[in-house]
Amino acid sequence: MPEALALPAPRRAAGTARGLGEGAAGWLLAAPATIALFLLLLGPSAALLGLSFTDWELGAPELAWIGLENYAELTTDPVFRIALSNTLLYVGVVIPASIGLGLGIALLIEGGTRLRATFRAIYFLPVVSLLVAMATAWQYLLHPTIGPVNKLLGMIGIAPINWLGSSDWVMPSLCLIGVWENLGFVVVLFMAGLTAIPRELYAAAELDGARSALDRFRLVTWPLLGPTTLFVVTITAIRCLRVFDTVQALTRGGPNNASEVLLHTMYQEGFTYFRIGYSAAITVVFLGIVLVLMLVQTRILDRRVHYG
Amino acid sequence: MTPGANRTLIQDLPRLALLGLGAVIVLAPYVWMFFASLKPGSEVFSNSLSLLPERFYALENYGKALREVPMLRFLFNGVVVCALILFFQTLFAVPAAYALAKLRWRGREVLFGLVMLGLLIPYHVPALPLYVGFARLGLLDSFTALVAPFSISVFGIFLFRQAFRSLPDELIHAARIDGMGEMSIVWRVVMPNAWPAATAFATFSIVAHWNDLFWPLIVVQSHGMATPALGVLFFRAEEAGNDVGALMAAAVMVTAPMVILFLLAQRRFIQGIATAGLKG
Repeated sequence: MPEALALPAPRRAAGTARGLGEGAAGWLLAAPATIALFLLLLGPSAALLGLSFTDWELGAPELAWIGLENYAELTTDPVFRIALSNTLLYVGVVIPASIGLGLGIALLIEGGTRLRATFRAIYFLPVVSLLVAMATAWQYLLHPTIGPVNKLLGMIGIAPINWLGSSDWVMPSLCLIGVWENLGFVVVLFMAGLTAIPRELYAAAELDGARSALDRFRLVTWPLLGPTTLFVVTITAIRCLRVFDTVQALTRGGPNNASEVLLHTMYQEGFTYFRIGYSAAITVVFLGIVLVLMLVQTRILDRRVHYG
Repeated sequence: MTPGANRTLIQDLPRLALLGLGAVIVLAPYVWMFFASLKPGSEVFSNSLSLLPERFYALENYGKALREVPMLRFLFNGVVVCALILFFQTLFAVPAAYALAKLRWRGREVLFGLVMLGLLIPYHVPALPLYVGFARLGLLDSFTALVAPFSISVFGIFLFRQAFRSLPDELIHAARIDGMGEMSIVWRVVMPNAWPAATAFATFSIVAHWNDLFWPLIVVQSHGMATPALGVLFFRAEEAGNDVGALMAAAVMVTAPMVILFLLAQRRFIQGIATAGLKG
């Protein structure tokens, strides 16, 4: 207690020292980050928005304000339309597939005690692996003539499939690699969500007549995983929207633009053809989709808290 | 208690079998990549289902991968780029996060709002203007161009701010009474007490930038500046890229460092990347 009584004096002294300097210290400590934030993120992003209303091409002496013309061109550009629909297709396939599989795997891993850490590590491995290199490995696995996948299928009498080289199969193949790449992420997030569910709820549900595992899943696990699921959907969606590495490494949008995706088209237009203004407009569309997703997530989170 | 925690091995078998089957599929590309890197090209073509090589060809494959392109240089560049990015991210983000978490100053709410705004913007968005800027400055194909755009991490600021907020104010008061300045409080008191956040952020940052392809593809032009991700593409573009064995050897070499790090510190990696999920 005596110490407690003695405390106020030095505290006040420190307080005045702070009073003089706290505002200045705050500014000084935050200044480098603030400057970098404007210079490297917010400024260039604003510039990008501006560029999307111009006809600028790299190397051109001047640029002209053309309003919404780039966006108008996008609506009629067949390559962009393929890229947009492919990206949405990719998101629409990879999300449900990796969430369904991921939840199943998380439930299985959490359903016992043996080898938990091992399985978690195995499923998570693709998340940390260099995707370009692993895409190259997939290219070998899926090779039409020497690939082990076609060899295996051949053993059960299925004719060789040109996985990455035919316009019918290229998107399914990229989606497959996408699920492989994102699955571990989903598993880990669901495992965290599952451990957070109080065990007593399962006992209570059982007392209330939820005898089967399926009933307990329907009544306890699934509703309580609601917030986790929403979070996983948003994150996976944003990761999927950014699909680029596998396309660049394996198909470059081919064959015949059949695997164009938003970021790849943006990359081509901007950094291969140097049509900066047009590429900027594609980037704005990409950003718009990301923002809409995040907005939807916040809206749902605000509206229903837990047991919706 | 976990339902079924006390099952015997026999009762647990269906679960283990299902998980094992999934694990085999997930690991398949690694397994085939590794074993193909040990075989001569002719063997890869003749029979790709058998894993073990009839003729051990690893020295030739790995030798070729190291000879045809400066593979070690790519790996070195990757280490330098990741280290520099992490260094600058920490240098900028930690003091700002401390100012946001523990100090009262005008503009604090505004800056936090800007950080939240920054969290919404994928790094592909500022890429075009940054590329034009670096081109104007004659800085393309340099470490500056590879590192600078990532030196500010809004996610880092956000993560460290959350971690610092939970530290007791008494800790900081005590340091002030000892006569420490705010800068040394940041690095010698606050930071050492937020170690879990720091390691989580470090693993996230290193994995993200070791594996990044998009930005290096844009700014790097010469073999000398290529990062591992780009190195794989460069190797494929060479004539040797048609040699599956050597190509797989190159892929193994650039994948191995991160995989080994992951296996050594799995818990930290998973924690780091899962908490970082916010920014993906």
